[in-house]
Amino acid sequence: MSQSLTTAHNAKRMYRFDLTQRLVARLRNDEAVIGGIGNSNFDLWSAGHRAQNFYMLGSMGLAIPIALGVALAQPRRKVFALEGDGSLLMQLGCLSTVAALAPKNLAILVFDNGVYQITGGQPTPASGGTDYAAIARACGLPGAVWAADEADFERLVQHCLETDGPHFIGLKLDDQPPVSQTERDPAQIRDRFMRGMGAKKSKLPG
Amino acid sequence: MQKDPAPPRAWHEIVLDVLKANDIRLVPYVPDNVLKPLINAIHADPFFTTFTTAREEEAIGIVSGAWMAGRRGIVLMQTSGFATLANVLASLPCAFQIPALMMVSERGTLGEFNIGQAMVWRTMRPVLESLGMEHHVVSRLDECEFLCDRTIKQALMTQQPAALILSPLLTGGKIVTPKA
Repeated sequence: MSQSLTTAHNAKRMYRFDLTQRLVARLRNDEAVIGGIGNSNFDLWSAGHRAQNFYMLGSMGLAIPIALGVALAQPRRKVFALEGDGSLLMQLGCLSTVAALAPKNLAILVFDNGVYQITGGQPTPASGGTDYAAIARACGLPGAVWAADEADFERLVQHCLETDGPHFIGLKLDDQPPVSQTERDPAQIRDRFMRGMGAKKSKLPG
Repeated sequence: MQKDPAPPRAWHEIVLDVLKANDIRLVPYVPDNVLKPLINAIHADPFFTTFTTAREEEAIGIVSGAWMAGRRGIVLMQTSGFATLANVLASLPCAFQIPALMMVSERGTLGEFNIGQAMVWRTMRPVLESLGMEHHVVSRLDECEFLCDRTIKQALMTQQPAALILSPLLTGGKIVTPKA
């Protein structure tokens, strides 16, 4: 694939829920999707629950590590991490870990609105111009790109599905709020996800 | 003539066998000097997938994700690393009922030379206790196998996180001789 020329500055600002719906619509093979803290997983929930979705609670910054663990456990299943910019900023080191292990089945999507939207829209310390795709490339993920617009995002998701990773897609967001909130019942979420991963069999209806 | 009894196995040989017997294959870690023989043995054995992480938090996320997808793991760290974990332990393995396993090399006590380590050591048991997390201190070679094996089995069967603390009484710890 030719390297995208889109930069952090000319990427279109898109709607997180629309992007999440577009991602989910392309999933045909029970791909795992790990939604990071707050609005990242709220819009995954709003896009329609799938058994292969995991919705994180308060462990801010761990969507990518959780997705990496799933990817290592099941190398034949594609795994998507949906992480916010503020969350990634808390755990940037995980990009080096991903680069070192180079799991072919992992794709990282970073939702970058430049603010802590859920706490009132305060700018992150990185909002002045930190380029997360450039950070990812410097960590050893040379294919890390920004999506130019929705059509480019669809193309990049398909590329993640059809080629070996690890992949990294940066997504600039507008300021629209999430559609709804995930039901916060972690034991149920974990149980459903394990069944979705084929890691748990139970006679209890799931 | 009586045969010489076999020499006792070292703590890290016992731990390695317990991990294998319990099918614990994924071992992310932040390194520690005392854990070095165990880390070296795990790297040398193709049974394990092992690698360093930048932070202990990351490693908790990795073993939690892996367990939910059917692969068991344990995180190796030292006391100061454990002290970075309260939020992620509370909100990931404790809240979601995930048996995140930890093996903590105990620094900060029984001859510690670094006051920073001694200070942060004070936080470990209160955090484990306030989270209600199962934890056991391994201090004797003859108890090492039983404590490690049973703690791991209980964590897996009850879907709860647990910590094994390796005391300097077991490992010898990290020693610096005071200057005269």
